[in-house]
Amino acid sequence: MRDVAIIGVGCTKFGELWDSSFRDIFVKAGVSALEDAHMHGEKVDAMYIGNMSGGRFIEQEHIGALIADYSGLATLHIPATRVEAACASGGLALRQGVLAVASGYHDIVVVGGAEKMTDVGVDTATDALAAAADREWEGIMGATFPGLYGMIARLHMHKYGTTREHLAAAAVKNHRNGSMNERAQFQNEITIDDVLGSQMVADPLRVLDCSPITDGAAAVILAPAEIATRYTDTPVYVKASAQASGTISLHDRKDITTLDASVWAGRRAFKMAGLAPKDIDLVEVHDCFTIAEICAIEDLDFVPKGEGGKATLEGMTAIGGSIPVNTSGGLKACGHPVGATGVKQAVEITEQLRGTAGKRQVNGAEVGMTHNVGGSGATAVVHIFSRNR
Amino acid sequence: MAVPRFWRRLKNLYNLLGTHCKNCGSYYYPPRNICPACRRGGKVEPYKFKGAGEVLTYTIIHGGPKDNARPTPYVLAIIKLDEGPRLTSQIVANPEDVKIGMRVKSVFRKLGEESKHGIIYYGTKFIPA
Repeated sequence: MRDVAIIGVGCTKFGELWDSSFRDIFVKAGVSALEDAHMHGEKVDAMYIGNMSGGRFIEQEHIGALIADYSGLATLHIPATRVEAACASGGLALRQGVLAVASGYHDIVVVGGAEKMTDVGVDTATDALAAAADREWEGIMGATFPGLYGMIARLHMHKYGTTREHLAAAAVKNHRNGSMNERAQFQNEITIDDVLGSQMVADPLRVLDCSPITDGAAAVILAPAEIATRYTDTPVYVKASAQASGTISLHDRKDITTLDASVWAGRRAFKMAGLAPKDIDLVEVHDCFTIAEICAIEDLDFVPKGEGGKATLEGMTAIGGSIPVNTSGGLKACGHPVGATGVKQAVEITEQLRGTAGKRQVNGAEVGMTHNVGGSGATAVVHIFSRNR
Repeated sequence: MAVPRFWRRLKNLYNLLGTHCKNCGSYYYPPRNICPACRRGGKVEPYKFKGAGEVLTYTIIHGGPKDNARPTPYVLAIIKLDEGPRLTSQIVANPEDVKIGMRVKSVFRKLGEESKHGIIYYGTKFIPA
């Protein structure tokens, strides 16, 4: 297996991009990643695209071919593959790209993630997202995603004494980080009282506990590590790429408050990289809801089970804390275009490790992690990146 | 839910009909044809659950899918059946009265409908026992 490096990154603004189409946004992200790698499209050997539900959101399937075509690469006949694992589609596309380069099958690979979610109404979008759960045994019974995470939150509060303020602190911190990210959908700061006073969605979760519906695209360019410095002075090396599955239904988990797939993907990633949680300087976790960030930092072993809420309220995960979490603003403030999220996380970590993250820069960041979840935890993808090979 | 998908699941929805692995003794609802504990070594048979259990966790859904059969708020819960398996269903009760650990029993109720004049589908919900 060969070492793999990220040599270029690109990302659109995240938000309600009503004047842009699906193809506009992925072309924009892809072109800026190629420019960042000082590279032309003829060098590209293959593409992997994370997209959850083009069929539901824009009534378009065959996303791989569409992207290759409108990126001007169909005339070169490169293989272009769409990868789907609900909200983990982007992370999984990145993993497919890493495997393709590591194996020696391809040299230069573009990994993209894109989702256009605002071309449909909120009801249609909510139903499309509900397809990430078990439609026959959760969805039809009335389960929504806020509902599933609401049930995780209630049990976490019951078992561990996690409070509403603990949960709200994750959203407050992520909005603060988002206020320093010009790509973020929400760049406004909020308070704990704002969260606690916002509209109830799925008790105990309120609107400001939930990530939004977002349009956006992100892309990274991968290359074998040995040739990475031909394209960039600041390659970021992929130290681990791990994936795990869990039960599709929340009710079948061994422990409702633990995402087993996150635990296993995290363990595998640490083992692959030869690192421990204390070696990680910052992490982008999958905070589709505030409780999801609390569970993530526990399941990835940054804090003991049950202590994630308290750690968040005490500032451990803020920029300047011992393990900054979601410097981009996370899914909550940066936005959550489902297929793009896992790739955007890698863009954020790359910029942090290059030292170009501006006001939200984590000083001296050398090793970063991304954690991308599909559904209520049926898929988890964890990557570890380093400035050093 | 499309009609064929609904029809083929009638007996499981109406009767809490799941499966039981005679090899390891595990019970499954929703039904599974492969026992994850024994895999191909399992001996899976139909099993009708008694319908009694307790609330493991729950939420009160305020913004639900637009569906005439689901006026909000409604209580969505994970229920642990006495035989062991867990399932997701609704609890027909005043939301303030629902508690973690509460005993519940299954009832036959309307689950949803295709549209205002469309096909109504029924299934199992739970009430306080």
